[in-house]
Amino acid sequence: MHCRPSVSGHRLAGFGSFLPVLMLVALFGLTIPGCPSGASNKNEIVIGHFGSMSGSEATFGQSTDNGIKLAIEELNAAGGINGKKVRLITYDDKGDAREAGNAVTRLVTSDKVTAVLGEVASGLSLAGAPICQENGVPMISPSSTNPKVTKIGDMIFRVCFIDPFQGSVCAKFARRGEELHASKAAILTDQASPYSVGLQEEFEKAFVDLGGIITTKQTYQGGDQDYSAQLTAIRGSEPDVIFIPGYYTDVGNIALQARKLGIQTPMLGGDGWDSSKLGEVAGKALDGCFYSNHYSHEDPNPRVQDYIKKYSAKYKSTPDGLAALGYDAARILFEAMKRSKSLSGADLAAELAKTKDFDGVTGKISIDKNRNAVKPAVMLEMKNGKPSFVSTIQPDK
Amino acid sequence: MADFAQTLMTALAIGSLYALIALGYTMVYGILKFINFAHSDIVVLGAWVSYTLANKILPMLGLNPHNPETAPPLWVGALILLSAMVACGLLGFAIERLAYKPLRRAPRLNVLITAIGVSLLLQNIGQLNYVFGASPQKMPALMPNIDLLRLSLPSGDGYRDVVIGLVDVMIFATSAVLMLVLEYLVFRTKLGTAMRAVSFSTDNASLMGIPVDRVVSFTFVLGSSLAAAAGFLYVMKYPGLNQPAHSIWVLLGLKAFVAAVIGGIGNVRGAVLGGFVIAFVEQFGAFYISSNYRDVYVFALLIIILLVRPTGLLGSPVREKV
Repeated sequence: MHCRPSVSGHRLAGFGSFLPVLMLVALFGLTIPGCPSGASNKNEIVIGHFGSMSGSEATFGQSTDNGIKLAIEELNAAGGINGKKVRLITYDDKGDAREAGNAVTRLVTSDKVTAVLGEVASGLSLAGAPICQENGVPMISPSSTNPKVTKIGDMIFRVCFIDPFQGSVCAKFARRGEELHASKAAILTDQASPYSVGLQEEFEKAFVDLGGIITTKQTYQGGDQDYSAQLTAIRGSEPDVIFIPGYYTDVGNIALQARKLGIQTPMLGGDGWDSSKLGEVAGKALDGCFYSNHYSHEDPNPRVQDYIKKYSAKYKSTPDGLAALGYDAARILFEAMKRSKSLSGADLAAELAKTKDFDGVTGKISIDKNRNAVKPAVMLEMKNGKPSFVSTIQPDK
Repeated sequence: MADFAQTLMTALAIGSLYALIALGYTMVYGILKFINFAHSDIVVLGAWVSYTLANKILPMLGLNPHNPETAPPLWVGALILLSAMVACGLLGFAIERLAYKPLRRAPRLNVLITAIGVSLLLQNIGQLNYVFGASPQKMPALMPNIDLLRLSLPSGDGYRDVVIGLVDVMIFATSAVLMLVLEYLVFRTKLGTAMRAVSFSTDNASLMGIPVDRVVSFTFVLGSSLAAAAGFLYVMKYPGLNQPAHSIWVLLGLKAFVAAVIGGIGNVRGAVLGGFVIAFVEQFGAFYISSNYRDVYVFALLIIILLVRPTGLLGSPVREKV
């Protein structure tokens, strides 16, 4: 009989000390519902954009957002879609997969957007896409190149090329291009990024197929600050080229440390390098290095030059590839909206899938049966901290 | 040979940073018996305060903060280091007074959770646009980018350079000086004796007339200014400054915490030893085994130490009271 009160006493004490933990869990778990800023007006169409407006890849989101806004401005000035104006809601995901999921959830459930544009980083598109797919809202990623993104489902599209193509472009350029003629390549991958890992696999496959040798494969984690162990190992393996399929902030830091260690080997990367910040971080450390991209601002094509003129008049800066893709993604969406018989997700997705030979800034865009775009890539070289055009590489027919 | 020497140099520089941060964890634990999770955020703050000051001071001297070629005289760096240490020391004082002192008699778990709360608060305040913002920045160079030594050593089938930069030597030297000062303070002064007494038994210390609150405050100020110094040195070596809530900072703090535990938490010399041990394990593991598992080596070592020697390398065994 004696033990009963003491048992309940223990329970109380146990609960008391757990209460703060529970409260903390509740604090993390709850997302505070935002005010319904997207209360849809009959005379407008609301679309959403989720992007990294801040964080390590901030220029990705900012450039894309600028491109989308330019496209919307032009569309609304020309009368909108069948008389309806388009309004954009942008949420910042800070380059964080959890935030990206929250942003998309908020766009589709609370703001009830007609379509979603975003993300640049494949890992973040992969976080947002399942939510769009489940809710039947079409999503267009302007620039996620990992093949898995559009495999999420029939609501997910993209207007850029995919990594198997980009990887083979880089491998061909490294092996056959007269600039490098590399037979030995070292690889440094961001192991936490699906983009980086995917591109690395494709590059490795293609480079080995072309008779090249991979001397060493090293990894880092996005945001790392010290690369000396990896770089010392790479230096020891004496490669002709170092392939770094990472994002620009990390790549800039890697280049600085590599040059400090006396590594003069040229580096090669993908469209994750595409940012005005790359030159700011790395300075001249990246001169003589190459990366593949979606477009070059030095392309003499009048369509490209016309776009650059409009963009720089509005934003006082030269658009990078991501700004061009944001612009193309938004315009392809508007074309599909104009053709579509209703703005329901299914109708819109069906029209998006029919996109053929769209004359975009980043080249002619056709959506294939896997909802990916088939289009050429360009190679750029860093000179004095700025990218300059080297060559265009067409996809295999 | 060259690769080995290069890895050794890196490990020494990084080890001294880990040691500086670990000292803060270990001192607070020694005195209050709780883990101050907000400690790594003080490091972040030290780094960002240094960045903000550098961007204010350099233009005043007519230097362009974005041009890495122009390094200011060395006193600028010293001034920024001291200001960051003072700022973070004050913040450490404020945190202890506002967040932890009211909980002095509360269960340990409450204090621990408060520490996590303070950490989240600092991270998110730091992200605000009018504080530091949520984008990474580039720290201006405050020391000339010179190689003190560039040795060509045989390695494999050729010769390769071993580079020792001024920055690495400065990190090592500054940390060593700070650690010696701390050693003197803790073991040779009256205040240090008071700290050790409070660490031994708070109640008995207060019965002996030691002002426990003041000693606790002083410990926080000391730990926080060491953290600020670590933050400053960190951005000197790695100028790519991550945004305040980046997960990489949490990892840095976590590794320093592991260093404190490996050395024997509560033991000042142990924290320094632990800092170097994990830097060596991390750097040599990454170089000789694989860089994929860089963090794994550190935490695996933690598990091994906890299994074999739960009190850490220099920790004294806990005597169970009968």
